[in-house]
Amino acid sequence: MNTIQTMNPQTKEELFVEILLRLADDRLILGHRLSEWAGHGPELEEDLALANTALDMIGHASALYAYAADIDGKPDEDHYAYFRDDLDFKNIALVELPKGDFAFTIARQFLFSAYSYFLYRDLIGLVDDDQFKGMLQKHFKEIKYHLRHSREWILRLGDGTETSHIKLQKAFDELWMYTGEMFAMDNLDQKAIEHSLFTDVSKCKEEWINLVSSTLEEATINVPDNNQYMYNGARKGLHTEHLGYLLAQMQFLRRSYPDAEWK
Amino acid sequence: MSTNLSTSTEWPLWEVFYQPNDGKPFEHAGSVHAPDAEMALQNARDTYTRRNEGISLWVVPTDQITASSPEDRGPFFDPANDKAYRHPQFYSVPRAVKKRK
Repeated sequence: MNTIQTMNPQTKEELFVEILLRLADDRLILGHRLSEWAGHGPELEEDLALANTALDMIGHASALYAYAADIDGKPDEDHYAYFRDDLDFKNIALVELPKGDFAFTIARQFLFSAYSYFLYRDLIGLVDDDQFKGMLQKHFKEIKYHLRHSREWILRLGDGTETSHIKLQKAFDELWMYTGEMFAMDNLDQKAIEHSLFTDVSKCKEEWINLVSSTLEEATINVPDNNQYMYNGARKGLHTEHLGYLLAQMQFLRRSYPDAEWK
Repeated sequence: MSTNLSTSTEWPLWEVFYQPNDGKPFEHAGSVHAPDAEMALQNARDTYTRRNEGISLWVVPTDQITASSPEDRGPFFDPANDKAYRHPQFYSVPRAVKKRK
């Protein structure tokens, strides 16, 4: 895929494809990170919960990719998932960070699900493309559950044992510099807003902060300083070193055996 | 008798019941471990309702259930064996009522 061209979409269709890919890439990469917990969850029940969430998110990505492929004239959703390199992935850095311990995974899930919740809510009220809207409405129900599940865990880990409290505080402190990208807007976002293809996410930042702050306070966790350095640029291809390793694992089979089929 | 035989490092056990549809009685699905009621509900959702099984869930702490014991089987249940008249099959049902089924 030609990176330069896709970063400067000319038509409304190209712009729409970029928006779909940004949404999808966030969800595929975080879904993959969650899937790494399969068989390693702290409890059997939580193992299932994490796998369920992973499947939900990969499902969201798959639907978004399929729609993008339709508009973009690409063969199918696999084209985007398996045959692009790290520079072409448009996900934010937050979702590509290694899965860490359970506290880290849950803290990230909570931050991302809260962001998804407000983003999807606003997008549903805005978009006029029926297929896109239907997709968002369907996924929104699952996002609400992801938010509820991760939020309940934050309360229990934060206000749980001394160890769980320390681990969770450390997770939020490490993650915070990657939260800025969720609300960073670039030219592409601005153009998409003009075409009613995307919402001004900077507007829901305050609601996000309020939800996150009140949850962390209830969990006796300190809210990290929001004025600290924030990572930026992953949507343009400036990823952390971790994405390459993730893609190597995720894409290996499909690239080595392009004709492989489920039998 | 304590029904919760797990060690102290394990979460307590909860029995899960799901309602297959509106108006249907709740059915026992199995059990889950969870630290408290809300997480028991979520674990039950993730463990037992992934394939459209139900529309509503109950979770009950396992040690709150009083169960009949195997020795009760004779005195409790055998007396019903030869009392077929307790079934409503000896009444004729009007056709209008049958149709509504």
